[in-house]
Amino acid sequence: MSGKVVEINNLVVGVGAQPDAAKILDNVSLQVSEGETLCLVGESGSGKSVTSLTIMGLLPKKILVPTHGSVRLAGEEILTATDRRLRALRATTMAMIFQEPMTALNPVVPVGKQIDEVLRTHTSLDARSRRKRILEMMEQVRLPDVERIFASYPHRLSGGQRQRIMIAMALVLEPKLLIADEPTTALDVTTQKQILSLIRDLQKDHGTAVLFITHDMGVVAEIADRVAVMRYGHVVETGPLDAILRAPTQDYTRNLLSAVPSLVPRAARPATASAPVVLDTSELTKVYRERSILGKVREVAAAKDVTLTLHRGRTLGIVGESGSGKSTVARCILRLIDPTSGGIRVIGKEISFLSRNLLRPHRKHIQIIFQDPYRSLNPRLTVGETIAEGPVNYGTPKPEALRRARELLELVDLPPDAISRYPHQFSGGQRQRIAIARALAMDPDVLVADEAVSALDVSVQAQVLQLLDDIQARLGIALLFITHDLRVAAQICDDVIVMQHGHIVEQGPAGDILTNPKQAYTQQLLDAAPGRGWDFANFRPLAAGMAAPAKTRDIALNS
Amino acid sequence: MLGYLIRRILAAIPVMGVVALVVFLLLRLTPGDPAAIIAGDLATPEQLERIRTSLGLNEPLHTQFLTWIWKILQGDLGVSLISQVPVIKMISQRIEPTISIALSTITLAILIAVPLGVIAAWKHGTWIDRVVMSLSVLGFSVPVFVVGYVLIQIFAIEFRWLPVQGFRSITGGFGPFFERAILPTMALSFIYIALIARITRASMLEVLGEDYVRTARAKGIGEAGVLMRHALRNAAVPVITVIGTGFALLISGVVVTESVFNIPGIGRLTVDAVLARDYPVIQAMILLTSGLYVTINLVIDLLYTLLDPRIRY
Repeated sequence: MSGKVVEINNLVVGVGAQPDAAKILDNVSLQVSEGETLCLVGESGSGKSVTSLTIMGLLPKKILVPTHGSVRLAGEEILTATDRRLRALRATTMAMIFQEPMTALNPVVPVGKQIDEVLRTHTSLDARSRRKRILEMMEQVRLPDVERIFASYPHRLSGGQRQRIMIAMALVLEPKLLIADEPTTALDVTTQKQILSLIRDLQKDHGTAVLFITHDMGVVAEIADRVAVMRYGHVVETGPLDAILRAPTQDYTRNLLSAVPSLVPRAARPATASAPVVLDTSELTKVYRERSILGKVREVAAAKDVTLTLHRGRTLGIVGESGSGKSTVARCILRLIDPTSGGIRVIGKEISFLSRNLLRPHRKHIQIIFQDPYRSLNPRLTVGETIAEGPVNYGTPKPEALRRARELLELVDLPPDAISRYPHQFSGGQRQRIAIARALAMDPDVLVADEAVSALDVSVQAQVLQLLDDIQARLGIALLFITHDLRVAAQICDDVIVMQHGHIVEQGPAGDILTNPKQAYTQQLLDAAPGRGWDFANFRPLAAGMAAPAKTRDIALNS
Repeated sequence: MLGYLIRRILAAIPVMGVVALVVFLLLRLTPGDPAAIIAGDLATPEQLERIRTSLGLNEPLHTQFLTWIWKILQGDLGVSLISQVPVIKMISQRIEPTISIALSTITLAILIAVPLGVIAAWKHGTWIDRVVMSLSVLGFSVPVFVVGYVLIQIFAIEFRWLPVQGFRSITGGFGPFFERAILPTMALSFIYIALIARITRASMLEVLGEDYVRTARAKGIGEAGVLMRHALRNAAVPVITVIGTGFALLISGVVVTESVFNIPGIGRLTVDAVLARDYPVIQAMILLTSGLYVTINLVIDLLYTLLDPRIRY
């Protein structure tokens, strides 16, 4: 039962074939046995994905080259296999699913045909038996209405459905090894939960060895039998799940676990009723209208009757899954898009129906930090120009704006010489600090953070959250924090709004909502949060009663 | 879809109207008098005046315009001022060479350029890629008449395989038509091969970096299947756009090629009409050309929906 499916020994992958080339992977050794799930965790750049692509033989040729070691798949050496042999092994013996189900499927081919391609390439079955096999597989991955989905194009399907198609495609020939590279990272928590249990169930049925790559300790706690922690191309630590979570031996593993935000809300800050209201909305609604050919109007309410209040110095979180309307609300409040109805008051001034020109003086009161620091900064402007641009637009002389930019860079813990450098010279976390400095340059009363830490590694995420906390304490700014991540919300928010399908489901103090939710949907979200049974930072399972879910759930602790 | 089609056709009407008006006014405002050209250098002012009156050139501009438009709406493009032949007849005599050469050129260009572009993208950064790209720069920079004369020199004069110039209708048999069409087609297709190969390469390079191409490779599909089934169709939209515009350009006349190979096509008809200030012919040609562009753009947009199921109108 426990034959080794993959054995990697002393693998070295370099940039180019020269012996002195930089090593992306250095002396990596891993094994995955039949029926076992090995989780490969690490932050970005740790070499997780390169490891998986090496096994598949999919490294970009001549750019990344395995120079040393061996990779054996079911006893067969992969590194020296011919292209032809590798092609024959893919899908039949080893298969892979990827992070982005939105882009991993060919948009111009119906999904059934894409699965069919695997069978046509690797088997000699006739069309009818291929179709039968595919429909069976689609049912196994619990897709509804398989006949219809068979003929559908990818863009007609949801993210979860597409990932199911990917899984069906990967497993249709019952490979010995499934490599899953962050397969649930782009999915909502409730979908993530379903996909994880699907992978587990299919693994049980077929005895597949699973190499599961993730950066999320919560997911690790849900699915792993064994864990390998990677950093800078090295395997730092390997061990059974329980041992890694309870008694990590390496500092890096400990740091990684400590950085995972706890689901238990932090102690609430004392509510100061006297703090003035800086932002409030009343029945804010955004409706998108679609007109069909026959003139029928279809209305979609992206946000409906959203009423919220934010006091000076407080943090209000809006949590929800994709499509819940949380970003729509943020964009309406900033008037980046125009609300259909309802009111928005910033420092008591109604701004919901001001024209672009009349709005100008009020824009500086409210600023935003976006999710992706790689795309939200203009690559052609220096950091100084980016930060100074806003104040200069409002009439500050440029030398003064630049002097202020320097102060702000210090405030966000960046070196003063950053001012004349360009965004590409910084890491993701540093860029997000720049984005924060840019927002602060306007001296706003309200800072909106739209998934501002979602694209960052956990250790960096923790630092940025700490920075936002410090800034808030120092400047008394109010923070509207949009996130899909309940752990982050639990650590930063005083109050929380839960949204679903454009409506507010529940709102109140973070401590109440995230420990004793009144609404079923909130409960469902909490239940779906991966690793909810663990207190990672303290290397132990959550004590009963502290855990958010009402019932203690069966958690996959044993290897 | 049908609604979209109708909207697009309706939207073309004002476009054509504006084109008609602008062309009409531009011609009347440019110096040069068809009457003087007809009458010759020795004509007296009285003779000129008589000719002008008989051609209707003395009518007020708006009357002339409205008469012209009214006739067009009845399907009458007018009569040439110079030769007195109906414009529609002149154009229909000249359209066949132009369309045949355009079709053969674009077909040859696609057959050569798309594979070249695909291979260049696939072998990105290698000597194959560099050779294809250098050839395409060459194709862009050498003028068509140079290519034309060189081809004539080699194939018609040195080897005597093909006639030097001229055109035979395909109705007179495929052989004579084909013999005379080969050289102009080759000469013309140079620049289109260069253009389409470049666009195909650029578009393929983008698509080859997509996740679904990696998925296709992870399925164990061979490189040919990855390139043709997964990459090329996704890369096709910009390629089709260039092909469509290129075809429209070819139909609206390729004066130089027609002159080099002595082909009685649309391009030379237009140039002759411009030199003679033959207003009805020029106007009809420009109106037809703009109609052609509108139609080809519509066809391209409809082709998009066949290539990419995400595009719906």
